[in-house]
Amino acid sequence: MDEATSSEMILWYELHRLQERYVGTIDSDHLEEWPNLFTEDGIYEIVPKENADLDLPIGIVHCFGRQMMRDRIVALRKANVFEPHTYRHMISGMEFTKVSTDTLDMQSNYVVVQTLSNGESRIFQAGRYIDRVVRTVNGWRYQRKLAVYDTSRVQTLLVTPI
Amino acid sequence: MKVEKPAFFPRSDGSRIPYEVYSSSEIYRLEQEQIFRGPTWSFVALEAEIPRPGDFKSTFVGDTPVVVTRNEDQTLSAWVNRCAHRGAMVCRAARGNTKSHICAYHQWSYDRRGNLRGVPFRNGVKGVSGMPADFDLEEHGLQKLRTGAYRGLVFSTFSNSVSSLFDYLGPEMRRGVDRIFHKPIVYLGCSRQYSRSNWKLYSENVRDPYHASLLHPFFSTFNLVRATTRAEWTYDEHGLHTCGLGFHTEDTSAAAAYRGIGVTSFKENLRLEDLSILANSNEFDRPADFQIEAIFPQLVIQQIQNSLVARQILPKGPNNFELVYHFFGYADDTPEMRMRRVKHANLVGPAGLVSMEDTLATELVQFGAVGSGDALSVADMGRDSPEVEEASSMISESHVRRFWRAYQELMGL
Repeated sequence: MDEATSSEMILWYELHRLQERYVGTIDSDHLEEWPNLFTEDGIYEIVPKENADLDLPIGIVHCFGRQMMRDRIVALRKANVFEPHTYRHMISGMEFTKVSTDTLDMQSNYVVVQTLSNGESRIFQAGRYIDRVVRTVNGWRYQRKLAVYDTSRVQTLLVTPI
Repeated sequence: MKVEKPAFFPRSDGSRIPYEVYSSSEIYRLEQEQIFRGPTWSFVALEAEIPRPGDFKSTFVGDTPVVVTRNEDQTLSAWVNRCAHRGAMVCRAARGNTKSHICAYHQWSYDRRGNLRGVPFRNGVKGVSGMPADFDLEEHGLQKLRTGAYRGLVFSTFSNSVSSLFDYLGPEMRRGVDRIFHKPIVYLGCSRQYSRSNWKLYSENVRDPYHASLLHPFFSTFNLVRATTRAEWTYDEHGLHTCGLGFHTEDTSAAAAYRGIGVTSFKENLRLEDLSILANSNEFDRPADFQIEAIFPQLVIQQIQNSLVARQILPKGPNNFELVYHFFGYADDTPEMRMRRVKHANLVGPAGLVSMEDTLATELVQFGAVGSGDALSVADMGRDSPEVEEASSMISESHVRRFWRAYQELMGL
């Protein structure tokens, strides 16, 4: 195996680890850890595909910086009223391209199955992650994560990050 | 012969609502006829969504599929999205721009106004077959709806008898529209929320200031809305529409009304790290924290801080509705203001921090009302208060009662 291939495999492994950790944090309800997978000024947005396709800026969640992400989680824990539920993320088709030595663009498909307290499971959202990740002293972190969702009708409400 | 009514309202003041009306198929069918295809105007688009000739958007009036288009002379048309031939949906795109709309089934083609322009093999092939001699293109256009616009809001109606849109809104509601649409707007995108509940539960919700500071912790905790908030409620002469303005009011009692009476939604220890999400920069001649204007039967115009939205309620059978939030800003927004509107999109919509609970509440009623028999919903708050007090109070259900009185009249119930 040449050196280029092996460094690509290491990268592939590291990015998968980041992604698995990301969905694991959400699906195991360790939401307080979720902002830590971003850089301090990281951006997290959930935007319907119909707007993204038309270059329209509006989405349903826009967090600019970790502070706003922590506020979302504080609101979820202490304030917002919603039906208890769990998420299971399924991820496929990860691709990445190098922007510079320590910066990459990454995309993957996602499906989130939501289960409500009455035992009903349904596909809550299908979409595509469009990410920019950077290498930090703590490992790879999201500088920007955009969840562009196909499932334009949000069932009831969205309170847990995708 | 006595015809039995599909639901019985025991009072005419709108304060008792039979739960039956939230799930009955018969009621739903009647509503489509008497309300959505009756003497009302339904919001179909912002003009800013379809600015150029040929632009179109697919939507609904009640549950009837409708397409609204911009014509070559800048006028607006709307037609039922059902081919005049065999009834197939002609337009299958959500949005776009086109000169003609062609049905996939037999390629009948229509212009932007919905006039029939072409029928393949109209004269047959090699002298065989063809449409009959008395077939007239003009008689087979798409079904057209009366369409009008006020200050960039586009409405359509099936009714030939309902008054002009201008008069339907009336001077009080136009004042509210004028306040928000005081300069050209741009469309910033939409979001959609689907609720497993009846459309009228949401119509009540937006006319019910009583719930605002009790259901939504953000409102009371950050004093966006409290019982102490000074409000101004107006309505039109027919009692169809309601407009509320909430003025920022310092609560000198430090939320005393919420402490010690068991209100669990007041969150003493809720703190945000980034308060810019709640910052308000006044853009109006009358500064207010919120405006919520409900135009019967399916539009809600909303300003909360710097978030500007036209919410369209689409009934989807008796047990479901879709809510489409049309976000907009002003054409002359600075980049900073545009950024703030994106930030404030966090406040409302399907993941809205201050209002996501609304569809939860409407679903709780829908689920709770199953098997309720003749039971009645109660809307008594402020029922024997003077009207002038109700017009400035947040703790009131008088606008809910007004909705039901208008509803009962239109439905003959």
